[in-house]
Amino acid sequence: MRAIFQSKTFAILTILLTLLVIWYVMAVKLNTPWQLGVYERAGTSEWTTSQFINDTLNQKRPVLPSAHQVFSEMYVTIFQKPITSKRSLVYHSWITLSATLLGFAIGTLFGILIAIGITNNKALDRSLMPWVIASQTIPILAIAPMIIVVLNAIGLSGLLPKALISTYLSFFPIVVGMVKGFRSPKNIQLDLMQTYFASPMQIFFKLRWPSALPYLFTSMKVAIAIALVGAIVGELPTGAVAGLGARLLTGSYYGQTVQIWSALFMAAILAASLVMIVGLIEKRVTKNMGLTT
Amino acid sequence: MNYGAATNWTIVFFTFVFWLLAWFLNSWLVKQEEKNPNLRNFNTIAVPIIFGITLLVVWEGLVRGFNVPTVLLPPPSMIWERIINSTDILWLDFKQTFLKAVLIGYALGCGSGFLVAIAIDRSPFLQRGLLPLGNFVSALPIVGVAPIMVMWFGFDWPSKAAVVIIMTFFPMLVNTVSGLSASNNMERDLMRTYASSYWQTLFKLRLPAAGPFIFNALKINSTLALIGAIVAEFFGTPIYGMGFRISTEVGRMNVDMVWAEIAMAAVAGSLFYGVIALIERKVTFWHPSIRGGRN
Repeated sequence: MRAIFQSKTFAILTILLTLLVIWYVMAVKLNTPWQLGVYERAGTSEWTTSQFINDTLNQKRPVLPSAHQVFSEMYVTIFQKPITSKRSLVYHSWITLSATLLGFAIGTLFGILIAIGITNNKALDRSLMPWVIASQTIPILAIAPMIIVVLNAIGLSGLLPKALISTYLSFFPIVVGMVKGFRSPKNIQLDLMQTYFASPMQIFFKLRWPSALPYLFTSMKVAIAIALVGAIVGELPTGAVAGLGARLLTGSYYGQTVQIWSALFMAAILAASLVMIVGLIEKRVTKNMGLTT
Repeated sequence: MNYGAATNWTIVFFTFVFWLLAWFLNSWLVKQEEKNPNLRNFNTIAVPIIFGITLLVVWEGLVRGFNVPTVLLPPPSMIWERIINSTDILWLDFKQTFLKAVLIGYALGCGSGFLVAIAIDRSPFLQRGLLPLGNFVSALPIVGVAPIMVMWFGFDWPSKAAVVIIMTFFPMLVNTVSGLSASNNMERDLMRTYASSYWQTLFKLRLPAAGPFIFNALKINSTLALIGAIVAEFFGTPIYGMGFRISTEVGRMNVDMVWAEIAMAAVAGSLFYGVIALIERKVTFWHPSIRGGRN
């Protein structure tokens, strides 16, 4: 029994439950003014507390939708609509997901290439590295709408512009992580390779690359989460055609709070599962390499 | 300047020559083994600056040389001209977005993250439950709450500050909690032998030891805060603000104005980051990464 109380899962579940309770209390509180107005207009002067709470939790356009509203909306839009329908959350998620994955793939490749350049060329290291860091202080998401619109103007639309924003966001953690990773072999290991008369290529593939892999996975977890943010923000200015970002935007235009919240939860689920998938691959690879401790 | 439709090869050629020269200058500077520390410092600063200047010149040269339409990518000179000519608008936007939304949200978000971290520090139960959640939330696309915040707190800056608070809270929480456990047992035992109270241990040992972690969060948050505020403005603002300006001027194809805003955001973001890094140097001077010299 004590073991259960002290376990991590118990602690997390307790806190989640507390959050859920707070959510419902807040929902009742925030939706109260509107509900009072409704009663006044309808002329209902008497109501029971339970009826009142029930009504506040089931408004059509609540200030804060209750949890069951959000989840039933998610259930309906995920499972009960054909996935080609524009009302299906799966359809929108897939659009965002494809941009995320494409951008993440390009960003990872690009980041690894830059990291290779930085570790092998001193001039590149000294001149490029400060700018790679400076590029991070620029709020690149702010440029997102411009990139989208400009690329649209020259005929590039759809997947690629969004993917480019994800690329820009995800390449940074990869570069920083991989530069650290490529430099992680100790001098004694490099010396050993020298005594083996290994060529630079051999040193790279047999020593530097394997020792950089743990760093790669750590950076990839950060990168894929941030790539998803990039794709969502990239969808905001396209006139809200499709995608989770578009769901957020149309939801906010038309006051569809339930839609906003369900899109948010969907984005959260996507982010969590993407990070988890990278984590699983990491476990697999490090196990095959014999690195797991 | 030739503004014909054809490519101006002279400009392209000189751009290329400039790039080569700058490249050689940089490689030469890197190879110098300066004994004089002042000159060596100058070298480490000069290399990235030369690279940056080259970037600007190549940008300008290629845009002019290939006659890229300014709608796609205006040359740096044009952006600079726009910045000079519209300082009043830029200042208005800066005041709205940076001085109000970003700074206030940043201070409140980081402050509350820090306080909550200290509060849950005494309860292992809350730590076990909140830490994984905090880590999880840090990976979520939090900017998505922007439309909700705009709906709740109105169009003006409080809604943007609210987004910034939510975005900065969790990195601060997670980093502070892990920072508070950074001091090792031996050090804590020493404090015990001094009969120091919980608060004395906290202020004299554990908080200073958590310094690098806290500053790490402060640095991460400085960029997050700016992004959060600007993106939140896409969902509705009064008629000024950096995010508002960017989204409307894009619609009017005034790309130079957009780039002017971006330049300002970049400078503000870099300065913000730089100031925090400087304070970090002063406060956590004992940490190996700073004591060991540069970077």
